[in-house]
Amino acid sequence: MNCRSEVLEVTVEARQVEEAMLALLHTILLHRSTGKFHYKKEGTYSIGTVGTLDIDCDFIDFTFVRVSSEELDRVIRKAVSEFKDALSNSGSDGMGQISLEFYQKKKSRWPFSDECIPWEVWSIKVNVVNLANEQERQICREKVGEKLGEKVINVVEVINRHEYLPKMPTQSEVDNVFDTSLKDVQPYLYKITFQITDSLGTSVSTTMRRLIKDTLAL
Amino acid sequence: MKTLFPLEVMQHFSTKTILTKTQLATRTRTFDTGRDNMDSGLSPQDKKDLDKFIKFFALKTVQVIVQARLGEKICTRSSSSPTGSDWFNLAIKDIPEVTHEAKRALAGQLPGIGRSMCVEISLKTSEGDSMELETWCLEMNEKCDKDIKVSYTVYNRLSVLLKSLLAITRVTPAYKLSRKQGHDYVILYRIYFGEVQLSGLGEGFQTVRVGVVGTPVGTVTLSCAYRTNLAFMSNRQFERSAPIMGIIVDHFVDPPYSSHRPANMGQPCNYRPPDEEDGGAFVGVQDSQEVCTTSFSTSPPSQLYASRLSYQPPAAAGPAELCHPAANPNQMMHGGKEGGVVLVPAHPVHGADAHLTVEHPPITPGSIGDDDSLSHSGDGRRDEGRRSASPSDPVEALNAFTRKIGAFVNKPSTQITAASLDLPFAAFAPRGLDSEENDPMVQPPDSPPCPSPLQASLHSQGSEGSGPQDDFVMVDFRPAFSKDDLLPMDLGTFYREFQNPPQLASLSLHISSQSMADDLDSLPEKLAVYEKNIDEFDAFVDMLQ
Repeated sequence: MNCRSEVLEVTVEARQVEEAMLALLHTILLHRSTGKFHYKKEGTYSIGTVGTLDIDCDFIDFTFVRVSSEELDRVIRKAVSEFKDALSNSGSDGMGQISLEFYQKKKSRWPFSDECIPWEVWSIKVNVVNLANEQERQICREKVGEKLGEKVINVVEVINRHEYLPKMPTQSEVDNVFDTSLKDVQPYLYKITFQITDSLGTSVSTTMRRLIKDTLAL
Repeated sequence: MKTLFPLEVMQHFSTKTILTKTQLATRTRTFDTGRDNMDSGLSPQDKKDLDKFIKFFALKTVQVIVQARLGEKICTRSSSSPTGSDWFNLAIKDIPEVTHEAKRALAGQLPGIGRSMCVEISLKTSEGDSMELETWCLEMNEKCDKDIKVSYTVYNRLSVLLKSLLAITRVTPAYKLSRKQGHDYVILYRIYFGEVQLSGLGEGFQTVRVGVVGTPVGTVTLSCAYRTNLAFMSNRQFERSAPIMGIIVDHFVDPPYSSHRPANMGQPCNYRPPDEEDGGAFVGVQDSQEVCTTSFSTSPPSQLYASRLSYQPPAAAGPAELCHPAANPNQMMHGGKEGGVVLVPAHPVHGADAHLTVEHPPITPGSIGDDDSLSHSGDGRRDEGRRSASPSDPVEALNAFTRKIGAFVNKPSTQITAASLDLPFAAFAPRGLDSEENDPMVQPPDSPPCPSPLQASLHSQGSEGSGPQDDFVMVDFRPAFSKDDLLPMDLGTFYREFQNPPQLASLSLHISSQSMADDLDSLPEKLAVYEKNIDEFDAFVDMLQ
């Protein structure tokens, strides 16, 4: 099965990285989360309700919508803040990429571990710039706000093509498709990874490690 | 007739009957045009479900759009146990007037081919000029997808489409405008059914497609056409709200929002009767299917507004992108007066605002209080989700300098004084304007008494000059001896005046030369006297030793 891959690119100032990433990741997760499933007998289930929340950005002229789940927000914020720290500590010229991957777990026989098969990957490429004065920063605020708006429209466009989605699982299979660890919403199984590119444009160890791990897992 | 709530629909889901993609592909496809033909593939139950889905999708679409233009942040809670009344598994509140208006526009029909449901968002300034900002269209076209499962796939895709709508409504330019509505302008909405009218959006309007969902009777399409040309608006509106030095001052002032209070429930909403109707007095309508026990009354005709959504006190910054077209002072507000839609003042306003009854189901808790919000100048009305009003004054005041004075600007620029600016740290502004009576340096504080300026300068702390909130005391620079009551002057003047003092008398030459001659003449007499008294001088010297 082919994995759908989408790339979004943004150019931001250092202080805008966190909010820009949160905006895009939450927009994607809004579309890829459902309410909690409640299975009944006879194989039927009902779905809980997802609330939404408007979030204003402080450093960008932008407002985004996320699901009303503090747990999910905490997880995403933690990942974004690790990415931001890695980006600022790397000493590179400020280029990095954060990836949100939706996958399905496929149970394998012992001794092989479960396979994770991605079905959709969103990669957000970030380019950090430094600005000299307040005038430029103000222009950057507005421009990045507009760009994020365009990215949201791109995300919505891709999602509304209604291409492959994992089929709705039975009760025993639900953990192979959805992340059931949160108590108020249920996103599809996802993982967030990032990599920082150094000035030569080649990626550093994280990607290599993942490749090796995946090869060994087969 | 039994009403079908989403929970019951959900209970029909069965994971065993989900078709895989390959199974779908092997079915034969039949194409059909329009919903009026016989759909042999669609069971009556499915048809009924589909109609219901589309109807509630239309109602929820209108709710999302209107709520996104109310000017406040929306917040709803997730609930892990289904309540049975949340369509499409999304917590979208229902504002009763909006539902009512949508149902009235639909008049029992559903969006179909050639019959689109449109929500038009427009802006109306305090001077009465209005301009259409965007039109959201829910359309249906002929392309049918016969094999799709109504109760499952269509429902879920409609749910995703609603989420996309939530995201896109925050992205179009009208969102930022609606967040700043209040003093200068308000945002209005109008729902109509039928042909889409995009002519009011001006030239060069852009379209963004939110998404499509294929159904067995047609494809549902949701899109938005928004205006990009804002040049016809009066530059007064936007220049007054231009940010100071380009920084949006209010952005860090977060309104205290509570996740428990539903955003903006029960806020009065007037609406403008659609153009094609003659718009008589509005009568409350009971809907047998919905629990809707609102009653309406008319308000005095002086309440001009239609569809005025709730607002906040003015925020400091205007949308930056609008300042560009409005920067030219010659592009004045002619277009609005000629081509704008003029509200008919005689229409009695939809009084749902004033008298919503509390027996409405708990979706709309009775926070309907503000009857006086209908008034035009909304400064007195404070809401929970408000912004600080103080930034507007310094902005207005400072902008008096930066405003381009055009021929039609009739507002005089205000005189700026330090006292009138409500700036932070205003206490540290130069106090040249302050009178001396209040100056603690001149009038030192009571204890202990300070007769001299020097001592007064040591007594600056704790005087009435420093307010309880100041960490620093404003001390005037009064050097010692530079000022006294007899000769009030500052240091500079003092220095200049006393830089050229008159010569000492004994140092002036011609007087000294004269005295020298006299001394020489009188010298022999003096010597004779001293010799006569020589004994006395000797005795004196002995006494000293």
